[in-house]
Amino acid sequence: MSVYDKYQVVIGLEVHAQLSTKSKMYCADSTAFGVSPNTNVSPLTLGHPGTLPVVNEEAIVSAIKMGVAMNCSIRNENGFARKNYFYADLPKGYQITQDKTPICGEGQLKISVDGKEKNIGIERIHMEEDAGKSTHDLDPFNTLIDLNRAGVPLIEIVSKPDLRSAEEAYQYLIEVRKLVRYLDICDGNMEEGSLRCDANISVFLKEKEDKFENFGDRCEVKNMNSMRNVMKAIEFEFKRQIDVIEAGGTIDQQTRTFNAADGSTAMMRSKENANDYRYFPEPDLPIVYVSNEEIEKIKAEMPKLSSELFNEYVNDLKLSEYDAGILSEDRDFAAYFNELITFTTNYKAATNFMIGPVKSYLNEHAVEITEFPLKAKSIAEMLKMVEDNKMSFNVASSKLFDALVKQPEADVSEMAQKLNLIQDSDEGFIEGIIDEVLAKNAEKVEAYKNGNKNLLGMFMGQVMKASKGKANPKVASKLIQDKLDS
Amino acid sequence: MEIDDKLVEKLAKLSKLEIAAEEKTKLKANFGKIIDLVDKLQEINTDGVEPLIYLTENKNILRKDVVENMVDKVEALKNAPDKDSDYFKVPKVLKK
Repeated sequence: MSVYDKYQVVIGLEVHAQLSTKSKMYCADSTAFGVSPNTNVSPLTLGHPGTLPVVNEEAIVSAIKMGVAMNCSIRNENGFARKNYFYADLPKGYQITQDKTPICGEGQLKISVDGKEKNIGIERIHMEEDAGKSTHDLDPFNTLIDLNRAGVPLIEIVSKPDLRSAEEAYQYLIEVRKLVRYLDICDGNMEEGSLRCDANISVFLKEKEDKFENFGDRCEVKNMNSMRNVMKAIEFEFKRQIDVIEAGGTIDQQTRTFNAADGSTAMMRSKENANDYRYFPEPDLPIVYVSNEEIEKIKAEMPKLSSELFNEYVNDLKLSEYDAGILSEDRDFAAYFNELITFTTNYKAATNFMIGPVKSYLNEHAVEITEFPLKAKSIAEMLKMVEDNKMSFNVASSKLFDALVKQPEADVSEMAQKLNLIQDSDEGFIEGIIDEVLAKNAEKVEAYKNGNKNLLGMFMGQVMKASKGKANPKVASKLIQDKLDS
Repeated sequence: MEIDDKLVEKLAKLSKLEIAAEEKTKLKANFGKIIDLVDKLQEINTDGVEPLIYLTENKNILRKDVVENMVDKVEALKNAPDKDSDYFKVPKVLKK
């Protein structure tokens, strides 16, 4: 048994999600990404005296949606606070955030690891603004400041220290990302920084009870820009803390930074050097009051979430959890499937078509389902042909599918005719071919009759070939067998 | 609350200011006066009184999510002590 096996890791995550509003949190600057530096700015963003913030109501709605999706309590009276610190990318000298009155209180998020479900507690969700961007490596003598991002709305989702492994943390982030994308409040891209994660990590001896008093002092790790890196940072920090403890040392509360190059963490600042943010209520922003009626209205307008669709697919459509998981992972993909099943009740075939050819097409062409050329109705028509024994699933999902995605406006059955893909179930037509094939292979027929039943496949192949693939295989197979066994 | 050098140094650090030794004495005296004023206020019994945070009773002064009122880059950078055509320049934040 390794020394690491004696310890349990405890993780709490703080996730910042950049909201997809058109304008900033407290002023009307654009939030457009990728524009020239310092163009999405106004006197307020620049921190000029005499400017006053005004809250973007869309940001409030987005925060409430996330809270509802995480089963949080929603606060009616929302106040804002100033978090004071001095840094060049924050011209005002303070960040307007929420301190004692976060818009969303306790809630939970269900995750699933190795088929086991677990509820992770949510401590709070609050609204705040992003800082500008500092570039340190463009100019040898100066740091360059771009304030386009300064003031872009964020929500910070703080979990309880309920996560017990790197894998659980990973799954938690997957679920958070799914939620923000389903709700369409954030694009959820970690690499580009629209979703950011800090991890609070501590350890305790497994022989002790799993409760807060027994947890060790925690370290906060920052700067992980992918979900994989969050896992790596947790694994590194788990071992580092145990190594320190086992060597007789103690873990001091500190902030550490993750180094993506080697997967390690290094100290940024100790508790003694921790910032003193001197929070106080933001006097420039009056209370934002959200009535229960308004919260109910927002709730009613929310789309179905991934977990709801997953349950519907499993319980109502009787799909496997695996299939339901893939279908419900992406909101638009699920929406396409939902449209498809308005035309067909063959849910399993529809699922196979989505997970098979459609998903392959999206992967190969690196496009989203929203850019997929074929209408759901066309796929439904293909499925109907398969159902009516006019072609096999394989032919529909390869030859016909390939032709249709190139000519998405074409009529499905005309295309099938044109490509000569319609199978013949006419027994007279198929019997004629079988007779020819059997006549040509008299010796093999004899061998079959003498017990070499494996030859059935050969006959089948010959018949299909002679019919140029148009013979319905089910009918053909039955007829061949009937003839040989007669 | 005692106003000592340590407190003045801490506040200077938080404000990213350098304070000369002779200034410290002056500042300590000024800070002392501010604290005295607050101590005086503390004498009032506020048990059961809701804190007054806002002097206005306005609620829900909100804005639609519409882009407007931006200034262009030239104007944005105009008053900066150091800049190039795109960026504000500040002393190196990260030392390598």
